[in-house]
Amino acid sequence: MAKTHVTMKVNGAEVEGLVEPRTLLVHFIRENLMLTGTHIGCETTHCGACTVDIDGMSVKSCTMFAVQAQGSDITTIEGVANADGSLSALQEGFRMMHGLQCGFCTPGMIVRAQRLLTENPSPTEAEIRMGISGNLCRCTGYQNIVKAIQYAAAKINGVEFQEAAE
Amino acid sequence: MNDMTPTREQREAKLEGMGCKRKRVEDIRFTQGRGNYVDDVKLPGMLHGDFVRSPHAHARVKSINSEEALKVPGVLAVITAETLKTVNLAWMPTLAGDVQMVLADGKVLFQNQEVAFVVATDRYAADDGINKVVVEYEALPPLMDPFKAMEPDAPVLREDLAGKTTGAHGPRKHHNHIFEWVVGDKDLTDAAFRNAEVSIKEMISYHRTHPSPLETCQCVCSFDKIKGELSIWGTFQAPHVIRTVVALIAKIPEHKIHVIAPDIGGGFGNKVGAYPGYICAAVASIVTGKPVKWVEDRIENLTATSFARDYHMTTEIAATKEGKVTGLRVHVLADHGAFDACADPSKWPAGFFNIVTGSYDFPTAHLSVDGVYTNKAPGGVAYRCSFRVTEAAYCIERGMDILAQKLGMDPAELRLKNFIKPEQFPYHSALGWEYDSGDYHTAMRKMMESVDYVGLRKEQAEKRAAFKRGETREIMGLGVSFFTEIVGAGPSKNCDILGIAMFDSCEIRMHPTGAGIARVGSKSQGQGHETTWAQIIATEIGIPADDIMVEEGNTDTAPYGLGTYGSRSTPVAGAAIAMAARKIKAKAQMIAAYKLEVHEGDLEWDIDGFRVKGLPEKSMSMKDICWAAYNSVPPGMEPGLEAVSYYDPPNMTYPFGAYICVMNIDVDTGVYKVRRFYALDDCGTRINPMIIEGQVHGGLTEAFAIAMGQEIRYDDEGNVVTGSFMDFFIPTAVETPHWETDFTVTPSPHHPIGAKGVGESPNVGGVPAFSNAVNDAFSFLGSTHIQMPHDFWRNWRAAKNLGVFAA
Repeated sequence: MAKTHVTMKVNGAEVEGLVEPRTLLVHFIRENLMLTGTHIGCETTHCGACTVDIDGMSVKSCTMFAVQAQGSDITTIEGVANADGSLSALQEGFRMMHGLQCGFCTPGMIVRAQRLLTENPSPTEAEIRMGISGNLCRCTGYQNIVKAIQYAAAKINGVEFQEAAE
Repeated sequence: MNDMTPTREQREAKLEGMGCKRKRVEDIRFTQGRGNYVDDVKLPGMLHGDFVRSPHAHARVKSINSEEALKVPGVLAVITAETLKTVNLAWMPTLAGDVQMVLADGKVLFQNQEVAFVVATDRYAADDGINKVVVEYEALPPLMDPFKAMEPDAPVLREDLAGKTTGAHGPRKHHNHIFEWVVGDKDLTDAAFRNAEVSIKEMISYHRTHPSPLETCQCVCSFDKIKGELSIWGTFQAPHVIRTVVALIAKIPEHKIHVIAPDIGGGFGNKVGAYPGYICAAVASIVTGKPVKWVEDRIENLTATSFARDYHMTTEIAATKEGKVTGLRVHVLADHGAFDACADPSKWPAGFFNIVTGSYDFPTAHLSVDGVYTNKAPGGVAYRCSFRVTEAAYCIERGMDILAQKLGMDPAELRLKNFIKPEQFPYHSALGWEYDSGDYHTAMRKMMESVDYVGLRKEQAEKRAAFKRGETREIMGLGVSFFTEIVGAGPSKNCDILGIAMFDSCEIRMHPTGAGIARVGSKSQGQGHETTWAQIIATEIGIPADDIMVEEGNTDTAPYGLGTYGSRSTPVAGAAIAMAARKIKAKAQMIAAYKLEVHEGDLEWDIDGFRVKGLPEKSMSMKDICWAAYNSVPPGMEPGLEAVSYYDPPNMTYPFGAYICVMNIDVDTGVYKVRRFYALDDCGTRINPMIIEGQVHGGLTEAFAIAMGQEIRYDDEGNVVTGSFMDFFIPTAVETPHWETDFTVTPSPHHPIGAKGVGESPNVGGVPAFSNAVNDAFSFLGSTHIQMPHDFWRNWRAAKNLGVFAA
């Protein structure tokens, strides 16, 4: 099948590649760019493991073609850490609050949570739960993911994190 | 001593040993997208394989034409059963002693069965090829209802078994019968029922569902023709077993097979078995000489790669009118699908279902299980439970509630009255198990006090009165569940897989500078073994957990182990780790005695090293002993400091717990609200409380899903109607309730560190708690038992059937 030339910015770097028109963005990211942190858990846009940030929006990259991302600015999990290489507030929160187990949903979950906190820096628990409802987790039961996001929000806002009582 | 000398507490804390909420080692890479899962493996020249699958549940395959498919650019090969027959791999053995088609051989027996394997240069080309393979089918009548499987005129599903009146587990009664498994004393139990003052009988179904980890099953196979070696990267919960199976069926010497299970994105039992995709990818690599990757998509995963449950349990309990149980009789109709690929220890066709007497002192019990074939996907894996234990727990916990209802007794009171008493342990159950330890009354009472059980019952009574007065349309249910698990398979006297005893193993190698590596036969799929295994070693030998690297999943380097499922890692591998560490410690003691110029017996252990009894300033740290092991060992001793342990457990372990679910249901809409869920778990010694709580949260969420909606459902024609995440219920953060966790600690007396395992308890105990809550809510309207799953529609239908709507 004839290939198309695409260019986009991924994690701050200009990238390019030749793709079929039908190549899914997630395959371009994982297989052409070798950024394998973005995962595939379903093919029906339900699980959110493939979530990346595109031009300021959370997008499930398994149901978008690479050619549709032409010229866009994308952040994947590999672009989330602080500039000095240390864990971001969210990455640290997930570790401190035990917000992950198998780690398969984690990249999509963190990328989504980052967008959520950008849009709503002090979300309530209900807002967090609704905000990540496009991302499925089979291991944690979400409770510690919610805490991880609360931890990150507190850290970003410069306030002390107070864990809700059980 | 100067002020810089660390205190005992500081030395303890530095180890981050057992009991510490140590943060996970794994998270550093997982939070940065640096995990290494199977689909991340990319080898030079790698090809992709994908399946042509059957649209029919039952059909004869008249012909398969690959001509057009082979013309598709990028398609290199189309493998069919005929190809596999040339290497004698068209069928493969199952873990349950049956055989299973790798690719359709003359017939298809379930929808989405594997028919042909298309190998191409990339995923897209493989898919193009699939669309060009022409398969001609002749539809046959599907058998979807297990209750009709053994009718005289039921369709013959397994023509390959024609004339075989005996299967792997004894006589077969019918052409669709697989096995009958009978346990217990029939005469004594029948007598108990004849003499019973009160008895109940109910058909309790536990519907078919699926573990569906977020990462599907997948592998990369690479055959090196020059060396004659096969490397397999795969999502394997039991990598060594896979290696042995491959050696046995592919006739490749076992030392030339390298199985690597890298990071696994959840397992929950789904990744125990061997699936056609693995065989086809291996054959495709041998045929093409290139590495071949197979990654199933979600629909394939849900519809073809295993299932769980599908047990129909006719449950009878005999009791006195005071509520003392006198007998239990259970018959199970087990729907195993088209092939018996149930993942149980080989001698256990219904797993450990004979734990069905639960936490109660039944003087006698009798159990029979009939397994049957239907036109459904094969499997029967333990979805986050020990083998068929969650079915057993659901059966008895629902049964006890039904008995309580009949007696007019409180379900908690009935349980307290019948619990095995602390002084009865080790307890021999009527169906043959020896429970190691338990204190059920304490756990139950702690639960009841924590949630104000009495107050909740009072509120329920008021709500019921208000409902009857027409003041509310909301009903309230309390779901009590008290489960006893049986995990840690298992002792070689009763457990093996294909003849290999179900021990587990650990090898520890300490390096000169006091850091080390531990290789273990288990395989984490998210349980955090890299973190917790190091904690066991830290406490045992006094080396900080941070200085121990844990490695699993590479069969070339890890000692042989039976893998991770059925909550066996801590009971079996965890014990092997402690025993290997104790071997290290024993040798270290000899070295320390030599260096300190005292007798071994004059030394005592002190957190992170040995000290001379009575002379605490004369001591040697484990770190220093590691160095000495490489330069100044006692005369005659081999240098180095390493140990291996293969641990064959003397018994299973029996974790238990008391759960309660408080739920409101709107009868007009069927919408439920989980007001509160409290889970008290007793898993013996707690290695990492943070990880335990995380495991409980996750298991409860799975239990919630299963009880309240998650189901693999077929229509009468054999179509899977819940085959994607659109229809298969996986709760999001919005639906998932808030979890409250609690614990008691009753160590296992036979386990080196007293630990019992916990990962699966919440699934086992959670499902009956949810279902009992729904059933308890409806019970005052005259209902005895409503089948799971309890989704909104079924709740509404239950309300309708109970006549709560005005005519």
